[in-house]
Amino acid sequence: MYKVVRRALAAGSALIACSLAFGASAQDAVKIGVIYPLTGNAASAGNHAKMAAELAADIINNGDPELAKLMPIAKGGGLSGLKGAKIQILSADNQGTPQAGANQALRLITQEKVAALVGSYQSGITQTESAVAEKYSIPFVAPESTAADLTERGLKWFFRTTPVSVNFAQAYASFLKEQKAAGQKIDSIAIVYENTEYGTGTAAAIADLFGKEGFNVAMKLPYAANGPDVQPQVLQLKEKNPSVVIFISYTADAILYAKTMKELNWKPTILMADDAGFNDPAFVKAMGAQVEGLVSRSAFADGKPGSIAAIVDALYKKKSGGDGLDDGSARAIQGFLALADAINRAGSTDPNKIREALIATDMPSDQMVAGYNGVKYDAKGQNTLGSSLVIQMRGGKYVPVWPKAKATADIVLPYKGWSQ
Amino acid sequence: MSMTLVQVVIGGLLLGAVYALFSSGLTLIWGMMNVVNFAHGDFVMLGMYTAVVIWTSLGGGPWASVPAAAIVIATLGVISYFFLVRHIMKGPMLAQILGTFGLALFLRYGALWAFGANFKSLPDNLVGHSFVLGGIRFEGSRVLAAVVGLGVTFALHLILTRTQIGSRMLAVSENATAAQLMGIRPQRMQALAWAMAGAATGIAGALIALFLPISPTAGETLAIVAFVTVSLGGFGSVTGALVAGLLIGVVESLTAYLVGPIYKEVIVYTLFVLVLWFRPQGLMGKA
Repeated sequence: MYKVVRRALAAGSALIACSLAFGASAQDAVKIGVIYPLTGNAASAGNHAKMAAELAADIINNGDPELAKLMPIAKGGGLSGLKGAKIQILSADNQGTPQAGANQALRLITQEKVAALVGSYQSGITQTESAVAEKYSIPFVAPESTAADLTERGLKWFFRTTPVSVNFAQAYASFLKEQKAAGQKIDSIAIVYENTEYGTGTAAAIADLFGKEGFNVAMKLPYAANGPDVQPQVLQLKEKNPSVVIFISYTADAILYAKTMKELNWKPTILMADDAGFNDPAFVKAMGAQVEGLVSRSAFADGKPGSIAAIVDALYKKKSGGDGLDDGSARAIQGFLALADAINRAGSTDPNKIREALIATDMPSDQMVAGYNGVKYDAKGQNTLGSSLVIQMRGGKYVPVWPKAKATADIVLPYKGWSQ
Repeated sequence: MSMTLVQVVIGGLLLGAVYALFSSGLTLIWGMMNVVNFAHGDFVMLGMYTAVVIWTSLGGGPWASVPAAAIVIATLGVISYFFLVRHIMKGPMLAQILGTFGLALFLRYGALWAFGANFKSLPDNLVGHSFVLGGIRFEGSRVLAAVVGLGVTFALHLILTRTQIGSRMLAVSENATAAQLMGIRPQRMQALAWAMAGAATGIAGALIALFLPISPTAGETLAIVAFVTVSLGGFGSVTGALVAGLLIGVVESLTAYLVGPIYKEVIVYTLFVLVLWFRPQGLMGKA
């Protein structure tokens, strides 16, 4: 009896020793939870963001020879700071609802034991998911959600790489001032926005800043994004006839607005969109030719051949089966890479160490896929180096037109819309 | 009344006729066999995708896609009847609800798998551009959908009230056993009801696809509207669905224009609750 027990113990300790040795030679993968709306109204944007995160992980795990010349992290072979540990993405679908998002965050943290979370495009959902991460002391990186108050909640574990509503409002104000100086009629401004966190927050930031800058915001029109008809809103616009309209919309509503404005034959002097639905490849494909001169913002401009942006764009095209990087996917990749950079410097999957590394983040602009000036967080976890370009729809494609330093084409106003 | 207000009302009527169009299939199934088809919105969605497939890979316009969607969704209806509904009808009410709800999820995620999550859109020059009549602008595709919607509702009404087939179907819905004793095969009639409802729903999907962006979740919002339309009009009443659809369309448009788009659901559902308070059977349903 005694012998049997001793043998069993010996075998057991040998097994443990084996597994320890194995663990030391081949690092456990670093698990990162990636939560996006893979179904629901924002599924199109969510799936593109998920592909972007997967591409970022792929670049780190398997490398790309051309990209490695420009970015040390693209050498391949996993995270050098963790002895070559690979990144393992655990993706989850929040179905475009805050409740499902919170549930998925909880599941990834408590059951899958992820080291960090990334997500989730829609601000209202990022809000609930990051609250769960905060409760469990797990870092949460938001690459795309722009509502102002996400970083005003005093969270310790929340980091945001994307520029936010206030930055955009500033960009829009400077842009419109320049156009006014150039002789465009800008006497009244309407803001049409979807009424969840994203639209409401962005509209408030714009209205606020525009008020201070002396613009006349004549009309604020909130609406629910999933209705089948937007004619009453467009008729309200047509009657008030503002010279500038700023749309803050998701994809299906963006398509409907563009269609209905054409059907009801109404155009403002300047038609502006706050990214999101109006930058969705599905919108560009369906309505691009009907909204010539539409102005939007983007954090992404496909740079010169051989640049980081151009190489990653080509890799993304291969992965997505045709769609190039756009504002959403470029920001998604950038956020994921910024998190990977921090984990690499932390040299550990310990959430506390990752958080410290995130706080110490200082990525220079020459390492950016998105058009930021870099990544460096302030005390609230907001990236202070995010910036945005103004882009314009020209012949069914967006081109950067402002600021001048990054423009590849001159701006053409007033808004032209559809060809007769 | 200003011209803009007339435009708003006309827009509401067109929208309402479309609501009626995609609700008629739901109300028919209920009227015939007391089954609520929770997959109805996803039938509409598949009708939309049928139009996409016909248009993009086969190059057909609405004249091909509408009949094709009618046939495809009618077939889907019959298959659903024989493989699912026929069996769950014998179970308790909860089984019916969960059964068709499961079918809804199956179709929705099947579409997500088959077509991807991206929004799709049909070219908007299929049925001509908008036209102006007496100072009011009409969107060609919505007018077409509304006209066909009225036509389909009228046709269903005629079939149910003026034909022998309709009488047989009604006989089965009133008392299946008695109908069987009279030589009517209940299952055949019920399958026929699913085919007719499917055809109407397919037509609705193919027409809506002309002006709404198409995605696997498009049916979700439409299903809610359909349920409200059907219960407001009276479960089982095809003409009731028409009246209710038009009413909802106009109230939504007017509220959105006069009060604000975010209030339209509140007003519509308040109206809905009030009507059901005083007339639980709906506007035109039998008590």
